[in-house]
Amino acid sequence: MMTQASKKLEIKFRRGQIIQGKWHKKSYQIIRELGSGAVGTVYLCVSDGRKVALKVSSQMSSISSEVNVLKSFQSVQGKRLGPSLIDVDDFVSKDGHAYPFYVMEYVEGVSLHEFIQRNGKEWLFSLLVGLTRDLEELHQKGYVFGDLKMENLLVTRNPIRLRWVDVGGTTLQGRAIKEYTEFYDRAYWECGDRKAEPRYDLFALAMVVLRIFYPSGFEKTSSPARLLHQKANTAIKNDALRKLVLYLIQGKMSTASEVRTYLLDAYQKSHDSGGVAHTGQVSRQRQNSQQGEIYPITEASIIFFSSGLFFVWLFLL
Amino acid sequence: MRTGTLKQVLLITDGCSNQGEHPAHVATMLAEQGITVNVIGILEDTQSEQPEGLMEVEEIASSGQGVSQIVYQQALSQTVQTVTKQAMTQTLQGVVNKELKQILGNSQSIEELPPDQRGEVMEVVDELGETCDLEVLVLVDTSASMTNKLPTVQEALIDLSISMNARIGRNRFSIYQFPGKRKPIHLLVDWTEQLSSISSVFSKIATGGVTPTGPALKEAMYQFGKKTLKRRLWRNDDPSIEEAGN
Repeated sequence: MMTQASKKLEIKFRRGQIIQGKWHKKSYQIIRELGSGAVGTVYLCVSDGRKVALKVSSQMSSISSEVNVLKSFQSVQGKRLGPSLIDVDDFVSKDGHAYPFYVMEYVEGVSLHEFIQRNGKEWLFSLLVGLTRDLEELHQKGYVFGDLKMENLLVTRNPIRLRWVDVGGTTLQGRAIKEYTEFYDRAYWECGDRKAEPRYDLFALAMVVLRIFYPSGFEKTSSPARLLHQKANTAIKNDALRKLVLYLIQGKMSTASEVRTYLLDAYQKSHDSGGVAHTGQVSRQRQNSQQGEIYPITEASIIFFSSGLFFVWLFLL
Repeated sequence: MRTGTLKQVLLITDGCSNQGEHPAHVATMLAEQGITVNVIGILEDTQSEQPEGLMEVEEIASSGQGVSQIVYQQALSQTVQTVTKQAMTQTLQGVVNKELKQILGNSQSIEELPPDQRGEVMEVVDELGETCDLEVLVLVDTSASMTNKLPTVQEALIDLSISMNARIGRNRFSIYQFPGKRKPIHLLVDWTEQLSSISSVFSKIATGGVTPTGPALKEAMYQFGKKTLKRRLWRNDDPSIEEAGN
């Protein structure tokens, strides 16, 4: 007999509802929904006067494997790779179905889109440098993040950092990616397979950058890889960033630390050449226009000076 | 723990069966033989709620111990692979549950374990899902109303094979359309590991009137049986999941 014989529907909690766990008896009051995806819904809750995030699903398997991932993130000392895990339990609904849930630290922040819009694209360098360090650590632990996308990233304050908030797609390297989103999936763009390896995440990272320039995305055409190149070339004015995106799409960089080094280098170079890592072409244009202004002035002064000499010569005659 | 091969029928339809045996009945018989039946119902873009024609989708899948989902065309690719993976996990969970019962006594299943102990068990299920072999027989409804959806179906199936081939375990797919010209189903793609080469298959299909879902499922069951038989003649097969799955 299969236990899932009677179909269990996805569960929705009401605002203000109090959720008590079957095993640990801890209570959580629902404040609001934070988001819902293919395998469950995340709620903002209050427990013991503290804000926490609670993820519930009808699928025991996905909740369990996410808990496994979060646990393995906690086991390292020092900096944590993901939100910290607080509780794992079941909620029993009125009709007797048990819905597994887990409770994690609530990560407060703004979306990457919003942050970039408010503060400018030059922030991408520092945000990506931080994120690639986390990615490198994750890859070192034998995982691949999998579902790297805008919606799974938040910019937190104090310190300002780009952090991931949902580990649902995190997959052991060498296995098939557990969860993905088409726009960020390299197989969808015919640029590779769905095997979990660091480069899978790096491709998705490139798409995150591209998405900043195309907030509502774009449609696939018959030659997807070429389309991505074209989109990157049209929108990204900053040379270093554009090149990076192209490298990552082509799978030319194989580790997150390589990306990190590249970003740090590019930033350093932009400093050496006199400008903040702003948009390369814009600053080049600015230089041009400055030069353009300089030339007429020199021309004018030459004319003025020579005509002066002419008058002096006339006067002397 | 060896699992042998998981067997699934994936039925893709947009309407109600209107000819022959009741599909839920056939699905039950398939499940009894260890073949899971998953059903995906496709909505018209103009339909805002589930039409009655798709009522039987859930009924067939639950009778076939499988997973069902009703979606719009655009979501088909993602749905096809989640449904397939979910059904695999379900079946494997069933297998693991059975083992657990043998070890821990009659009443224990994964759900009844405290959450802290589930993790390790689910790790086993995960591992099995990654390494087991999988056979999917795809049954595509090609009645008249499906015509405009076939390109999407084709794309979704190619995508499914990309997803499944990222696993360590081996995969085999075959595709049938129903109704066939004279028979309930018609072979489009014979058992193959990669579906990337199917790009022209659906364009040749003449789509036709009736929807004999029941007879089509029954024929699918026969095709699975025939294949197993053929293989047993060649070599001694491993005892497969079908005995353990129930």
